[in-house]
Amino acid sequence: MATTIGIWIAAGLTLFIYSFLYKDNPFYKFAEHLYVGITAGYWLIYTWAYTIQPMLLDPIIKNKEFILIIPAFFGVIMLTRWFPSISWLSRWSIAFTVGIGAGLGVTGSIQGFILPQLKSTILPLTGLNFATFNNLLIIFGVFTTLVYFYFSREHKGLLGHTAKVGMTFIMIAFGASFGYTVMARISLLIGRIYFLMFDWIGMMFGK
Amino acid sequence: MKKNLVLLLLSLTLLFSFSFAQEQASGGTDLNPNAISSETERLGSMLQLSDIPNDGGGGIEINWTLNDSLSNYFITIIRREGNIKKIVASDLLASSGQVRDVNSDENKSNVKDGTEYFYTAVLSEYAVSQEILDYLVCDSLDMEAMTIADANQVYLISDESGPVKSKASWFNLERLTVLISAIIITFLFLLYLQLARKGKELYIRKISGLDAVEEAVGRSTEMGKPIMYILGIGYVTDIPTIAGLTILGRVSKKVAEYETKILVPSYDPVVMTTAQEVVKEAFTEAGRPDLYNKNDIMYITQDQFGYAAGVDGMMLREKPGAVFLQGLFFAESLILAETGHSIGAIQIAGTTETAQLPFFVAACDYTLIGEEMMAASVYLQKDPLMLSSIAAEDVMKVIIIIILLIGLILGILGPGMHIEFFDKLFNLLIEIL
Repeated sequence: MATTIGIWIAAGLTLFIYSFLYKDNPFYKFAEHLYVGITAGYWLIYTWAYTIQPMLLDPIIKNKEFILIIPAFFGVIMLTRWFPSISWLSRWSIAFTVGIGAGLGVTGSIQGFILPQLKSTILPLTGLNFATFNNLLIIFGVFTTLVYFYFSREHKGLLGHTAKVGMTFIMIAFGASFGYTVMARISLLIGRIYFLMFDWIGMMFGK
Repeated sequence: MKKNLVLLLLSLTLLFSFSFAQEQASGGTDLNPNAISSETERLGSMLQLSDIPNDGGGGIEINWTLNDSLSNYFITIIRREGNIKKIVASDLLASSGQVRDVNSDENKSNVKDGTEYFYTAVLSEYAVSQEILDYLVCDSLDMEAMTIADANQVYLISDESGPVKSKASWFNLERLTVLISAIIITFLFLLYLQLARKGKELYIRKISGLDAVEEAVGRSTEMGKPIMYILGIGYVTDIPTIAGLTILGRVSKKVAEYETKILVPSYDPVVMTTAQEVVKEAFTEAGRPDLYNKNDIMYITQDQFGYAAGVDGMMLREKPGAVFLQGLFFAESLILAETGHSIGAIQIAGTTETAQLPFFVAACDYTLIGEEMMAASVYLQKDPLMLSSIAAEDVMKVIIIIILLIGLILGILGPGMHIEFFDKLFNLLIEIL
């Protein structure tokens, strides 16, 4: 019985959301508000259960890790935004978080993107064969794409032509990525249609 | 008839033998620590122990080599600290040759720096039962024993290896290249900052998507419609979100100058708070703090598709004249961009997520690709000091291109033409990176 009710609710909400394809309507609005409200509430509980309690309260109370009071203080002063006279205190937390993100981003990008990308582009060219052609294409593609992202000179003459070739490489990569992702999305659509056809309509006809 | 009878008897015998064998296999696991098989071989002190190099401490590396006859065996590693024993790993394939005793999400090893640890290996032909694992860490196990056995199999026990201590390293030498790169980048930034301060003129090329910002804000104002600025589903620690917030500052300033309205639906509460600060400051800078309304920068939800549904609904009801999608986007990118397109808004998108950029290119009027987005805030402000960061980045790109060309030449002369000297240089370059 509970499964039947669940399937009816899921099917109804799926159709409500799909009704957006026609135009905005009260059914879509209902599903949208329900979805947004439920997820906002869910994340509140999730934050409590998976962040505040296990990572702050439990270590302080059970393990006496009082050092955690410092990040807790930064969290609490975010709430000072409710009081205009001391709302400037919340900027400390924001500055701290943004600073950490930007700082870690520097070494993170070097270690995670720049060096591995460079390493993967330095490829051997071993004679006249398809592997060599493939490797040469990768090296040439990376080189021209890097030129496209050169900002300190106007893109004209040789630089402009090279940048255009780089843009062509970028667009070819985007085309491939687009097709790949569309295929993945179609499989999601198939999953939803399968649910409506077999789990929902199939259930009505007792199949 | 006789032939059938013989076949029947034969089948029954086979079935009986099979059932008997199964019963034996699933039989009890009575421990027999004194059972020593004469066919077993002495493992000796087979484990090589060392502190894990270049780590923050709290980790021991255990290596072993075995002859081929034991390569299909399973290995279980026991750690001893004083009288306390612990199973570090069980049922690993012996051919793996290495395991690390470190903290992981699944297993808290709690290796303490400076403490002496001893390790013993147990080899078995089949997976080890829980009873045996419990027995291996109990006090009554004689660590000098060469073997133990239960009803199923014989377990070969190595000599105890150790002691070994873990320690923290001051430097991670494996990341030396990262350190050198960071020093070069910092030096270049400081150099160009100094040059900019001394009045050197720095240039930034035209970025077409950003020239359209003024057009988009102006068009919305003329139509009497608000502007919607979507920062995506990143956190304030994500670089694209930080870049999106910087662009938000510049766009908000234009919005205040044109006396129009900006809506910023947010995914994360901290991003929302930061966006409120950014917009407030921009409005104040433009001399119109009275136009700032903090309720225009609102929290939606922290669920990816809940956020997409909420923003889509808002787009349809508020009908913004311009939509900016600047930040970190994932699967919701096309849902948002398509809705913006359907309401006829001028759309300027930007992200570093290469998987989402094709959707923005397809559905938006202008797209800032990757680093163009990072350069956007500099481009919009054209502050000479900030331009220095773009110049320094470009020098880094030139250095990368030079390394790439060196790699290309070495790739032809070394692995291509088999000149040993260049081959060594090619491998060295890859190793350094």
